[in-house]
Amino acid sequence: MADLRSEFIGIKSPNPFWLASAPPTDKEYNVRRAYEAGWGGVVWKTLGSEGPPVVNVSGPRYGVIYGPDRRVMGINNIELITDRPLEVNLREIKSVKRDWPDRALIISLMVPCDEESWKDILHRIEDTGADGVELNFGCPHGMAERGMGAAVGQVPEYIEMVTRWVKTHSRMPCIVKLTPNVTSILPPALAAKRGGADAVSLINTVKSVISVDLDAFAPEPTIDGKGTHGGYCGPAVKPIALNMVGEIARFDETRGLPISGIGGVTTWRDAAEFLAMGAGNVQVCTAAMTYGFKVVQEMISGLSDYMDRKGFASVSEIVGRAVPNFSEWQHLNLNHVTKAVIDQDACINCGRCYAVCEDTSHQAISVDEARTYTVKDEECVACNLCVDVCPVGCIDMKTLPVGSMDPRTGRPVAPYGNWTTHPNNPMARAAE
Amino acid sequence: MAHSQYTPGIVPARLAPDAYRARFADIAPPLDDHQAQVAADRCYFCHDAPCMEACPTSIDIPLFIRQIATGTPEAAAKTILTQNILGGMCARVCPTETLCEGACVREAAEGAPVRIGALQRYATDRMMARQDHPFTRAAATGRRIAVVGAGPAGLACAHRLALLGHEVTLYDARPRAGGLNEYGIASYKAVDGFAAREIDWLMQIGGIRLVTGWKLGTDATLADLVDSHDAVFLGLGLGATGALGLAGEDKTGIAPATEFIAELRQAEDLSALPIGRAVIVIGGGMTAIDAAVQARLLGAPDVTIVYRRSRAEMPASELEQELALTRGVRIVENAVPVAIHGNGALHEVEFARTEAGPAGLVVTEDTFRLSADQLFRAIGQRLGPLPDGLTTEAGKIRVEGAGRTALPKVWAGGDCAQGGQDLTVTAVAEGRDAAEDIHSFLMGA
Ligand SMILES: Cc1cc2nc3c(=O)[nH]c(=O)nc-3n(C[C@H](O)[C@H](O)[C@H](O)COP(=O)(O)OP(=O)(O)OC[C@H]3O[C@@H](n4cnc5c(N)ncnc54)[C@H](O)[C@@H]3O)c2cc1C
Ligand SMILES: Cc1cc2nc3c(=O)[nH]c(=O)nc-3n(C[C@H](O)[C@H](O)[C@H](O)COP(=O)(O)O)c2cc1C
Ligand code: SF4
Repeated sequence: MADLRSEFIGIKSPNPFWLASAPPTDKEYNVRRAYEAGWGGVVWKTLGSEGPPVVNVSGPRYGVIYGPDRRVMGINNIELITDRPLEVNLREIKSVKRDWPDRALIISLMVPCDEESWKDILHRIEDTGADGVELNFGCPHGMAERGMGAAVGQVPEYIEMVTRWVKTHSRMPCIVKLTPNVTSILPPALAAKRGGADAVSLINTVKSVISVDLDAFAPEPTIDGKGTHGGYCGPAVKPIALNMVGEIARFDETRGLPISGIGGVTTWRDAAEFLAMGAGNVQVCTAAMTYGFKVVQEMISGLSDYMDRKGFASVSEIVGRAVPNFSEWQHLNLNHVTKAVIDQDACINCGRCYAVCEDTSHQAISVDEARTYTVKDEECVACNLCVDVCPVGCIDMKTLPVGSMDPRTGRPVAPYGNWTTHPNNPMARAAE
Repeated sequence: MAHSQYTPGIVPARLAPDAYRARFADIAPPLDDHQAQVAADRCYFCHDAPCMEACPTSIDIPLFIRQIATGTPEAAAKTILTQNILGGMCARVCPTETLCEGACVREAAEGAPVRIGALQRYATDRMMARQDHPFTRAAATGRRIAVVGAGPAGLACAHRLALLGHEVTLYDARPRAGGLNEYGIASYKAVDGFAAREIDWLMQIGGIRLVTGWKLGTDATLADLVDSHDAVFLGLGLGATGALGLAGEDKTGIAPATEFIAELRQAEDLSALPIGRAVIVIGGGMTAIDAAVQARLLGAPDVTIVYRRSRAEMPASELEQELALTRGVRIVENAVPVAIHGNGALHEVEFARTEAGPAGLVVTEDTFRLSADQLFRAIGQRLGPLPDGLTTEAGKIRVEGAGRTALPKVWAGGDCAQGGQDLTVTAVAEGRDAAEDIHSFLMGA
């Protein structure tokens, strides 16, 4: 069993799996049971200012996208921050942290955008024993309309300003949670860094409408005949999150800024992918909301198994390993040639590869009377679509070695060459 | 000498020499990677999963299936083997239709459970193919324990004790270890010497000394063992078989089904094994099914199981009954043998029909005869002779808690002891739990 111990901005936890700020971390009862199940840390459900708490709808607050067999692929929610009194949350946080000193406990915060409000809440949480704070600049619904959450996260100047207040009025490590509802994640990440953030976490949910009730003619979840946009999360958003994490990890001016990766982490593999793309740890919400707290046990055994196989002695050895290979398009090797190859022994002759290639790609698969499907190397552009739709995974890509003939172009495979030097590129620099 | 299926009497080689291998091939061939992915995808990862509840060894089934689904079959195997060290054998022989798969919520939803047994085999096969052992022994405790009987109960007990750091001597009267895994289980359930391979793999834990051909009561007494060890575990199984109590039962061709199966399991060359043309098996359990099916596979054209009650009441599950029927075995229900006819060798068996009466089974006057040249008794196994001092109840060693017998320092589990069904998996659970109990007893935990 590999050593999964993790240290993120000085905060230690027995593994890199934290529960994200959300319903799973809403109260003491949950958090204790989460720790018992094996979670390394939690980010407590976002707290607001003192005073009457926010109010949630009492109709449905979630909607779902299903994959086959009713597998939950994405959840959309219209829930707000905690609707329980501040004092109750603070008392519970203190009690849990006292009993579980080895687990990370971060407090997520969202208060109005003025210095006094932030100063006040930071003062209130000071003696809870929590390991750090996470600033929720992410919720795309309900709070944004009140000038909080994503309304802050979409304006880099606000992010920087609030982060600075927090670093001024607290000595706690500070994580800034970013919203994906922006055209580029880099300005918000940079703003957090400038404000003094110890780390960023991302992504919060993606602004969305998940479905429409075609009898009531209202978006779902529908509350008394009306629906509103919500925040989307779960496996479906992982690609969005991975890209944003990777962009921050590779961007010159944000490189080295610790990242807590969030968005669709469901298995050990998802977690390892986030780590490889530069996240120092991961946070999970939907997987727990779909399968319960026990789901972490597979993440733990799987990551450990992977590390043993790879000979990694610590989680930090995975962190950022894929970042140097996260390239921009113009640096990809345009002379690299692959061809799809169908393993005829494993093929079940469904013809899905043929349908997609013939109808939507390059007509590069032939079929005979016996339903034998064969790739025509002279047509195949290696788009990968057949590989992607094959239900049994019997199609692979083989790489043509440099110097061998590419039957499609009739030219030998050339050594490395990218767009920046390509003859078709009007901006091409002459090769050195 | 070549025979045909129809040669009268009990003869070998009823089939062409190359027919045996295919007939005795793996009854449930292993899943390939793709099949395992598809099967694993169906698991719902239920809360407080009913399948886990239904498994006598309480394997964390949802977790191991999720580990398969995420491409870590060896982690899955470890989840299985932590609870059940003979998880490989159990994956092959458990009547999953009445255990885990019977409890699967998808059985309720769609009449098609997740293929838990096949997935368990997929994971454990991968682990065993790796040839190393996933567990390491705790520091030596200096305690010495004798385990008598190297069947599933004794093996599970010995492994757990060794894991906990104790020194174990594992005794068995037979020439080979494994108990009924080696001598009883139908050959098409555990092909290619799996029972022996699994034991070799299990023994890699270290700290277990195996002594075969050593019989308790002959080579030493229980009192000797108790004197020379810190604790003793008895996993003796049910070695004795019952007789029908009819005149002429000593005629040639009549034998306990377990004897026939043991001979078959140990046969180097199945074509050398003689089998009758008309074979009758008396009984209604797994042993009856296995004997009948394997008689058919050896080429007997006419095989009949005769059970005293109705098919619905047979201890063999519906699935097993179906197996027998699809292999061409005839099942005659509600009849008991009342006389054996034949001149030296068996010729015919006379049966009387039975009826269910208010006070139990009623044997009627209505009789019929079936011709037979071979008859196997599968009317249940019984406890063999027991050492002094042990008490019994309903034909089993009386135990309390995790296998504590009436004698101090002596535990018992598996088929020979009270509790649970007579199944491989139950024996494993009882052996394991007794080991834990012995450990806490010795270490004062
Ligand atoms: C024909 C048949 C088919 C079966 N099929 C299945 C199946 O498909 N699935 C399933 O779950 N269960 C099946 N069972 C039941 C299962 O095999 C038993 O429940 C299980 O083997 C019990 O394990 P055990 O360790 O208690 O006893 P056993 O497996 O019987 O092992 C007992 C061991 O103790 C040894 N022993 C006995 N007395 C002494 C002594 N005095 N000194 C030294 N050693 C001694 C014996 O040699 C033997 O090796 C079947 C049983 C039979 C008979
Ligand atoms: C019902 C629900 C409520 C949430 N509430 C909060 C919140 O209060 N504060 C917060 O920072 N993020 C909140 N989130 C966002 C999650 O913390 C997380 O960033 C997002 O769900 C993506 O991760 P996932 O794909 O693992 O679910 C919430 C998500 C859901 C589904
Ligand atoms: S999960 Fe179901 S039962 Fe529980 S609060 Fe939500 S709607 Fe009610």
